[in-house]
Amino acid sequence: MADAKKYPTPQGNPETTQFWDAAKQGKLLFKRCTACGEPHYFPRSICPFCFSDKTVWEESSGEATIYTFSLMRKSATGPFAIAYVTLKEGPSLQTNIVDCELDKLKIGQKVKVVFKPTDGAPLPFFTPA
Amino acid sequence: MTIKGKAYIAGIYEHPTRHAPDKSTAQLHAEVAKGAIEDAGLTKADIDGYFCAGDAPGGAMPMVDYLGLKVRHFDSTDTGGCSYLVHLGHAAEAIAAGKCSIALITLAGKPRTGPMPPRSAGAEADFEAAYGATTHNVYGMCAMRHMHDYGTTSEQLAWIKVAASHHAQYNPHAMLKDVVTVEDVLNSPMISDPLHRMDCCVVTDGGGALIVTTPEIAKSLKKPLVRMIGHGEAMKGPRGGKDLDLTYSAGVWSGPRAFEEAGVTPKDIKYASIYDSFTITVLMQLEDLGFCKKGEGGKFVADGNLISGVGKLPFNTDGGGLCSNHPVNRGGMTKIIEAVRQLRGEAHPKVQVPNCDLAVAHGTGGLLGVRHAASTCILERA
Repeated sequence: MADAKKYPTPQGNPETTQFWDAAKQGKLLFKRCTACGEPHYFPRSICPFCFSDKTVWEESSGEATIYTFSLMRKSATGPFAIAYVTLKEGPSLQTNIVDCELDKLKIGQKVKVVFKPTDGAPLPFFTPA
Repeated sequence: MTIKGKAYIAGIYEHPTRHAPDKSTAQLHAEVAKGAIEDAGLTKADIDGYFCAGDAPGGAMPMVDYLGLKVRHFDSTDTGGCSYLVHLGHAAEAIAAGKCSIALITLAGKPRTGPMPPRSAGAEADFEAAYGATTHNVYGMCAMRHMHDYGTTSEQLAWIKVAASHHAQYNPHAMLKDVVTVEDVLNSPMISDPLHRMDCCVVTDGGGALIVTTPEIAKSLKKPLVRMIGHGEAMKGPRGGKDLDLTYSAGVWSGPRAFEEAGVTPKDIKYASIYDSFTITVLMQLEDLGFCKKGEGGKFVADGNLISGVGKLPFNTDGGGLCSNHPVNRGGMTKIIEAVRQLRGEAHPKVQVPNCDLAVAHGTGGLLGVRHAASTCILERA
C-alpha cells in the first residue's frame, strides 16, 4: 500500500531550505530565472539555462499532466508507478502517481500534487486530478 | 587533433565465468587483465596506462597497486555501463598524445554473488530518491513514451531479444542459450510496463579487459590489426525539466561526432555492437546513431533484421547482454570485445560477418530516462 510506504527524509541544504519549508505548508515551489525567464525544477541557485544567479522561488499550481510512466509490478513495498509529469508552469519532474488504480494510468492524464509525510519535510507526489 | 588511426586494440579478453562466488572482485580484474595482456602477446611490465571505472575496488590507485602496474597515465572516468567505451576513446587520445603507449582497461565484478554498492547521489537526491527509480522502470518510461510518440510495439521490441538469442545459441559461455520467439518474449512476465522479463538483460558476474596501443607496437604483434578511427561521447539529463524528451539519448550527439571523425556513415557499418541493457535501449540507440530515422526503430529491428546472416545489420553476435553476459551490470566492455572479434574474423563461424572491416561499438551508461552518458567507437580492420 502506497500510504504505508516509508519515504526517505529529505536532507535539505542551504540551496533548498525554502523548498522544504514550503512543502511543510503544502506548497510546491519551483525556481524561475528573472534574467532569461525560464522556470526549472529541481531548484538551483544558478539558472541551468543562462547561468544567471537571479533565480527566484515561485509557487506551482500543483496541476500537471503525465509525460510518461511505468508501472513496476513488484517491489519490496508492492507495485508502484514512477512517472514524469509536466507542471502547468512548464518544468517536468520525476515523481510517483499515487492513491489511484495504477492499471488505468495514461500518458496525457491530468494529475495534481499531493504531499506524503516523511520523518522531516513532506515529499511531493501526484494523483489523478 | 584526431585519434583516427592512431590507436589499435591489440588485446581483448572476456572472462568465461557468469557466476564467481569463489573469486574476489579484484581477482577478477587481475584475471581479465592477464587474459588481455596474453591475448596481445605482451607482458604486464609493458603496460604504462591504466583505465578503470567504479567497479574497480577502491578505484585506480588500489587497483594499480594490486595489479603491480607502473603507469604514467590513468583515468577512472565512471559513466556506468559505457565507461569502457569512454575509456577506449580516452586511451586513444592519450596514445595519440604520447601520454602512454600500451593502455590496459579492465571491468569486473560479481553482482550475481552479492549486492552491488549503491550509486552515489547528485544534487537531485532529495528530489528523486523517494520515487523508486530502477533501471527497469526508468527504461520502461522511455519505452512507454516511445510507443506513445511513434507507435512502437512490444512485438517490435521482442525482435531484438529474438535476434540476440539466435546469436547466443552458438556461444558456449552464454548464460541463456535457448532461441526464443516473439511470443516467448510477450508471454514472459511484465516487469515494469511495457518491458517484459525477456526485454531485460541478464545479471552476471565476470568481466573483460582491453589492451590499446600505438600503430607501431600493434604491427609488431601477432594479432589481426584493429584500429580506432572515430570516437564521440556525450551526456544528457532532464536539464531542469525543460522540453523533456525521453525518446532520444545522448547517442544523438556521440554518434555523429564519432562518424564524422571516422569519415564513414552508418550505411558503411558491417557489424554493430549496441549496448542492450533492455530491448528499448537498442532500438533508441539504432535511431540515435542514424541507422534509421527517429521513430522508425521498431520497423528497423523487426523480422530478424539484426540477425547475422539474415538481416541487414548484424548486432551483438555474442548474444549480447540480453542473452550472454552483462558483467557488473555494465555492458560497454563486452560490446567492444565482440566488435574486435568480428573485425579479427574470430567470431563464431555461424555468426561471423563476411569481410567485416568496419564496426561500431556503442553504449549508454547511467539511467537512460534520467541522467546518462553515451559513447560511440568506430573500429576498422587495418
